[in-house]
Amino acid sequence: MIRIGSGAGFSGDRLEPAVILAEKGELDYLVLECLAERTIALAQQRKNKDPNSGYDPLLEKRMDLLLPILKEKGVRLITNMGAANPIGAAKKIIEIAQRRGIRIKVAAVTGDDVLEHLDGQQKVLETGKSLSEVPNLLSANAYIGADALLPALESGAEIIIAGRVADPSLFLAPMIYHFGWSPDDIDKIAQGTVVGHLLECAGQVTGGYFADPWKKEVPNLARLGFPFADVSPDGTAVIGKVEGTGGFINLATVKEQLLYEATDPTGYLTPDITADFTTVRLQEIGPNRVEVSGGRGRPKPATLKVSLGYHAGYIGEGEISYAGPNAYGRAVLAGEIVQERLKDEFPDLRIDHIGVSSVHRTHFGDLREPYEVRLRVAANVTDSKKAAIIGEEVEALYTNGPAGGGGARKYVREVIGIVSTLIPREKVQTQISIQEC
Amino acid sequence: MKKKLYDIAHSRAGDKGNTLILSLIPYDEADYPLLCEKVTSDAVKNHLKDIVFGEIIRYEMPNLSSLQFVCHQALLGGVTTSLSMDTHGKSLSYAFLQMEIEV
Repeated sequence: MIRIGSGAGFSGDRLEPAVILAEKGELDYLVLECLAERTIALAQQRKNKDPNSGYDPLLEKRMDLLLPILKEKGVRLITNMGAANPIGAAKKIIEIAQRRGIRIKVAAVTGDDVLEHLDGQQKVLETGKSLSEVPNLLSANAYIGADALLPALESGAEIIIAGRVADPSLFLAPMIYHFGWSPDDIDKIAQGTVVGHLLECAGQVTGGYFADPWKKEVPNLARLGFPFADVSPDGTAVIGKVEGTGGFINLATVKEQLLYEATDPTGYLTPDITADFTTVRLQEIGPNRVEVSGGRGRPKPATLKVSLGYHAGYIGEGEISYAGPNAYGRAVLAGEIVQERLKDEFPDLRIDHIGVSSVHRTHFGDLREPYEVRLRVAANVTDSKKAAIIGEEVEALYTNGPAGGGGARKYVREVIGIVSTLIPREKVQTQISIQEC
Repeated sequence: MKKKLYDIAHSRAGDKGNTLILSLIPYDEADYPLLCEKVTSDAVKNHLKDIVFGEIIRYEMPNLSSLQFVCHQALLGGVTTSLSMDTHGKSLSYAFLQMEIEV
């Protein structure tokens, strides 16, 4: 049996749950999953400005906390925090280790950056148009699988740092390595992928993103514990967490996470497998312990998905609040005024009434008069100066708009869009490079 | 009698591009057949008509006593470029749970 912990479910995740896992979790492996669709494009942008950067912005903080504990406890770390620059990230880790007097071997996994291997004629999945029509392409990263991590595991490196490895593959790789599963052992690979999928969002399987007061109570979310899996040689696993930490694990939390983001639960695609979740069996075998088994699979897809980042202009936003009697009426009027003034220059202006219909873009049932409403106006344009006009117009409602507007704010932010394409596997060659101190 | 899905089930929303994914998990597994019968793709499409503009595909998962709804054209273009307040559509699980069924 091996125990694999999940110490981060996204780039900005809390720091201390991974420390607790490393310290008290009796882990064999700790995985930190820190890349979302857009994160790597942002990282590439930073690398373009400074070739030594382009890895996860929290890398230094996380490693500084974790390195001594990982070394002391003999836990190996696997992460995609390398983002657009795994070799630069490995260098940084060595630097931290030297500063702390720790001897360590780090393997950087590269080859997911395929910007140079793409063909302008190939199709973008979302639009059906050719790739050459995507404006301002910034990055192209193939989702690579567990096989790309195996040479790094075989090298004996204690820290394995990669870029765009598919999330579940980070967890699957140590299972394949440790148990010696063959690539033809499709059901084991599928079952291992199911376990990886359950762990990849960290706290989302231990009661995070789940609580609803009175309805779905979760204890001690302020000290949410992150999960680990005890994986048996056949892939059957028990999801658990460190005793005394917050949150809980039960059938409900595991079901929510198993179905999370699965666009086809009968054929969940990763670089390693096509996994079928309809055969998965879940069983509560104790407090905060759920057994997962039965995942089945079909062969892996012939092509790899490539995430393409492009510069998509700027979003300008402005907000202002109205409260008390007829708050909604005044907010609606304020929105109409801005719309009237900007409609020619910004045909796709978005007007939202926060507190009424902004997050669901509609509302259900009868609408009771809200005590306060915040107007939000937004538009996406190609240049930043034009985007700033939105906030300026909303701010001008102070003296020119309805009575009692307060708390105006304005924002302009750069937009990185993501689309995808497919690439033949043979065009993606991954490598490892070792650094030690 | 009408009942809100919120009273008998929970849901988590996920996103992939412009596609919204909604699970529907009854608190009591005995309610699974009722959900299968009442919460059809068409009924969900009707409930979410102001939110989801494309096809809705329903997957039955008897092994988990759960349903999965994959809703196309649902996120104003998707997380990276959407002008929506909730670009991921993460809050939309609760728009779904507002749906009422006859029990």
